[in-house]
Amino acid sequence: MKHVITLNVNGDPYTVAVNPSQTLNEVLRENLNLTGVKFGCGEGDCGACTVMVDGRAVSSCLSLAVEMEGKQILTAEGLAPTGETLHPIQEAFIEKGAIQCGFCTCGMEMAALNLLTKNPSPTENEIREGIAGNLCRCTGYTKIVEAIGAAGEKMRESSERKTS
Amino acid sequence: MKRLSYFEYRVPKTVEEAIELFESGGADARLMAGGTDLLMKMKHGAMTPKILISLKKIDGLDTIAFSEKTGLTIGATALLADVASHPDIVEHYPAVAEAARGTANVQVRNMGTVVGNLCNASPAADNAPTLLAMGATVHIQGAGGKRDLPLEEFFKGPGLTALRGAEMVTSLSVPLPPAGAGAAYLSLSARGKLDCTAVGAAAMVTMKGDVCDDVRLFIASCGPTPLRAPGAEQIMRGKPISDDILEKAGEIATGEASPITDLRASADYRTRIIAVLAGRAIKAASKRALAR
Ligand SMILES: Cc1cc2nc3c(=O)[nH]c(=O)nc-3n(C[C@H](O)[C@H](O)[C@H](O)COP(=O)(O)OP(=O)(O)OC[C@H]3O[C@@H](n4cnc5c(N)ncnc54)[C@H](O)[C@@H]3O)c2cc1C
Ligand code: FES
Ligand code: FES
Repeated sequence: MKHVITLNVNGDPYTVAVNPSQTLNEVLRENLNLTGVKFGCGEGDCGACTVMVDGRAVSSCLSLAVEMEGKQILTAEGLAPTGETLHPIQEAFIEKGAIQCGFCTCGMEMAALNLLTKNPSPTENEIREGIAGNLCRCTGYTKIVEAIGAAGEKMRESSERKTS
Repeated sequence: MKRLSYFEYRVPKTVEEAIELFESGGADARLMAGGTDLLMKMKHGAMTPKILISLKKIDGLDTIAFSEKTGLTIGATALLADVASHPDIVEHYPAVAEAARGTANVQVRNMGTVVGNLCNASPAADNAPTLLAMGATVHIQGAGGKRDLPLEEFFKGPGLTALRGAEMVTSLSVPLPPAGAGAAYLSLSARGKLDCTAVGAAAMVTMKGDVCDDVRLFIASCGPTPLRAPGAEQIMRGKPISDDILEKAGEIATGEASPITDLRASADYRTRIIAVLAGRAIKAASKRALAR
């Protein structure tokens, strides 16, 4: 039996009919065409499929779509909703050269967001622990770690600007 | 691309409703908390339930509660991430928080549960050794009513627990550590904390002055279930913590485990490392005990 669910993705509500066996990854990529959400291992190991659900990073390949009724989902597409101004995390990844092939990038940015919203000034170790569930076969991680540190600074500056 | 085969999905609102569904579904039904073990096994075809019963919408089942009188209670759907960062757990049960934080990666900790980790009954389960050392109890409910079981009697073999018929674990509780006690869990795996634990050791040590008054020691991933090391515990009792006695305890603990070769480590490596980790876990626990 299909279940009709309404989920909120990047600020917009979507109503979809899903099989219980469909993962969130399949529904985001195949029903909603949000291909910034990657599919790598399918087993929770690589992090390429990471999205935020109600403010927490999860592996969309190990999440059932049918459990997403009423949830707020954020994918990399939602980081820069207008497509004009980039999110500080995206800016930092570009500036620090933290992207090579790009396959890991969207998932990395979600893991970075998960970390920086809880811990705006992480140490290098905390950054590495924060992205321990995300594999990158290209960069060797150093530039990614630098980018997340720099993104934290940008986010702190912009929140200080907003409050002052 | 690994896709899940079709199953029916049920979302009970109460424990009673979950048990009813579980009972009527029989062997075709399976309970699911975070699904991080279960969905992976289903993708591999190792499990093929026709009905999944999600526990996530049961009110109050994700509760984490602490009181100075009764100790700590962790509900069946409390997430690994929430156990890892809960202020009362970090303060009063630091080893429990560390074990949760050392499980898997951020994403999995945001989905998976401590109770699911126990019910999955992997000999390598990272949350089991500490909870065993601290004398945890599991609270079980089934069609026939409720019962409590010491966690020590819960594991029956790889993937096997003492749960019968349509029983489920509703929560687990950890007593207040005795005065002068400290606990620690150490583990080794191929890649940092990410890969499944190849050898783990947890100890709770109660110190009287500089003498080890009591100790509970458990070795993980070196037998069909996490194993207690009673001989190693016995030799520690009444002795000051010294490198000599730790070495002896480690040797005895090695003899009390039954390591095998699998893809995580060879039996030979495990045999050598059990003694090291057992000694280090006792030492770390005793340091914690003295710092309290
Ligand atoms: C990438 C990855 C890395 C991992 N790394 C680790 C690691 O480092 N260490 C480690 O120990 N584990 C690891 N795991 C395994 C897994 O994430 C943990 O065991 C997790 O705690 C399981 O919890 P869950 O809620 O997802 O369980 P589920 O998958 O929902 O359930 C596990 C089993 O327990 C049963 N069950 C669940 N809840 C109950 C209940 N209340 N009563 C009765 N039965 C129940 C289910 O039917 C199922 O058989 C990893 C998994 C992945 C995908
Ligand atoms: S595709 Fe989900 S973690 Fe690899
Ligand atoms: S940039 Fe290629 S995998 Fe990370």
